[in-house]
Amino acid sequence: MVNGLDQLFVNLKHALVGLFPAPVQPWVSVGVTAVAIVLVFATLFAITTVLERKGLGRIQNRYGPNRVGLPFTQLRLFGFGQPIADGIKALIKEDFVPARADRVVHFLAPLAMLVPLTLTFAVLPYGRNMLPLDLDTGVLYFFAVGAGAELAVFMAGWSSRNKYSLFGAMRAIAQMISYEVPLILSAVAVVMMAGSLSTRRIVEAQLGHAGWLPDWFVFTPWGLAGFLIFITAATAESNRSPFDLPEGESEIVAGYFLEYSGFKFAIFFMAEYFGMFAAGGMAATLFLGGYGAPAPWLEWIPSWAWFFAKMMGFIFLLIWLRGTLPRLRQDQLMNFAWKFMLPLALVSLGAAALWHYMAPGLARWVVCTVAVAGPYLLLGRGLLERKGLGRRVYRFAE
Amino acid sequence: MTISFLIIAVVTLAGAIAAVTLRNLVHCALALVGAFAGLAAAFLQLDAQFVGFAQVLIYIGAVAILVLFAVLLTRGGEPPQPQTFSWSWPWGLAVALAVLGMLAWAIAGSVATRRQPAAQVEATTKQIGDALMTRFVLPLEVAGLLFTVALIGAVLVAMREEGKSE
Repeated sequence: MVNGLDQLFVNLKHALVGLFPAPVQPWVSVGVTAVAIVLVFATLFAITTVLERKGLGRIQNRYGPNRVGLPFTQLRLFGFGQPIADGIKALIKEDFVPARADRVVHFLAPLAMLVPLTLTFAVLPYGRNMLPLDLDTGVLYFFAVGAGAELAVFMAGWSSRNKYSLFGAMRAIAQMISYEVPLILSAVAVVMMAGSLSTRRIVEAQLGHAGWLPDWFVFTPWGLAGFLIFITAATAESNRSPFDLPEGESEIVAGYFLEYSGFKFAIFFMAEYFGMFAAGGMAATLFLGGYGAPAPWLEWIPSWAWFFAKMMGFIFLLIWLRGTLPRLRQDQLMNFAWKFMLPLALVSLGAAALWHYMAPGLARWVVCTVAVAGPYLLLGRGLLERKGLGRRVYRFAE
Repeated sequence: MTISFLIIAVVTLAGAIAAVTLRNLVHCALALVGAFAGLAAAFLQLDAQFVGFAQVLIYIGAVAILVLFAVLLTRGGEPPQPQTFSWSWPWGLAVALAVLGMLAWAIAGSVATRRQPAAQVEATTKQIGDALMTRFVLPLEVAGLLFTVALIGAVLVAMREEGKSE
């Protein structure tokens, strides 16, 4: 029974594929997986938009959407019918293209944004035997394909012929390139420890339990540092608050998708959420044991439920951050990436090497913790002192 | 020659030709991205996953962006020039053909053609990594040093000189 629930979707797929004649079975198998991924994540996107708006409302002491329910019924569903209304609205709005815009590039940009981010879902292990594409170079594939989104941002910003769009695109590209370095470096430490670039192997390396603690990489000094660096860089990579300068409404209206309306805007919106899902899924895979349960007595909960729970935990964190933190300034953003995140990512890489070569025991924990926390404190203090920040003085407000 | 190779070849060549013939520089750069993607697909079709994805990560993720930045920061805002013809084109063509002929002649006469094609090897990413860390570690380190020097140089160029600020 437990196994049946765990392997439910795998068995379902096998049964479905078995209905077709043998020659076309590989194609049907690929098609079924692709359709399932797109449907699941599109639905999740719809649910997450409501969750985000309700969550932000909660943080700001207001209700958030709670009116729209199922059409033609009295069912309100706590406002979870909102995505249906939003989708219809996006579809029937005028598709506005500026007169001087580069029409071809303007049209292609949303697609160039969505396709790479959807492709990244192929290498995430959603559960036991639920890895769509078991590549020898899965992690590399993830980052390589994700890099395509930067180009789409540029295409959108440049083709709109709007100075704010172009500003937004330039900011976005500078930010994405800068934060990609610590993002990949923190993943490299995991790849080194797991000894493989395959996402399946990385998860399998974390499935054991040592006492009451699971063998997740996040429960090691270097892993914790790597995890924090990874999620910070991933937040910046998906242009989310507090790193949402490319969209900075107060300065550049909406950034690179300023000149998009209707369904093209919806695609950009969807791509942003897909990027968040992909980042959350990768963070879970690399550091949080992927689909593994945190304790042996929790194994009865299906593996795919654990994966999605960890991924949605990351999404929750992002919503929480968005409701809490103010936006950074551009120079702060760049300094943070190059002067703070990058050195710390290198330090955590070194700590991972130390961890690998030292014998298991208390000494390893102490040495690696000092190796990670020491530079963090010193660097943080040093950078703050050079800023010469004192107590904030209000000239006019008091 | 399979159908997939044919598609990849057509896409790559079309992208490359568009990159040199289009008049708008940004369009050229974007067409170049198409050619890069085609090359990556060709690597993947040959089952060279690491090289293929590295091609995507480096060329599409970094080099193409660099090209676009360079175009925008120099003369990207200018309207595209009308089609022109220059008498230096035939000369350029002649020189290019001469170089091609020379290279083809040299390659045809070299030992590379007499070498037996290697048996089907399974080059995994792990083997590439092992080779880079053992046999080819010196070239790797030299390349790393070169990039570090370039990085420091870039920082020095960008750094505001003391006393000259403001």
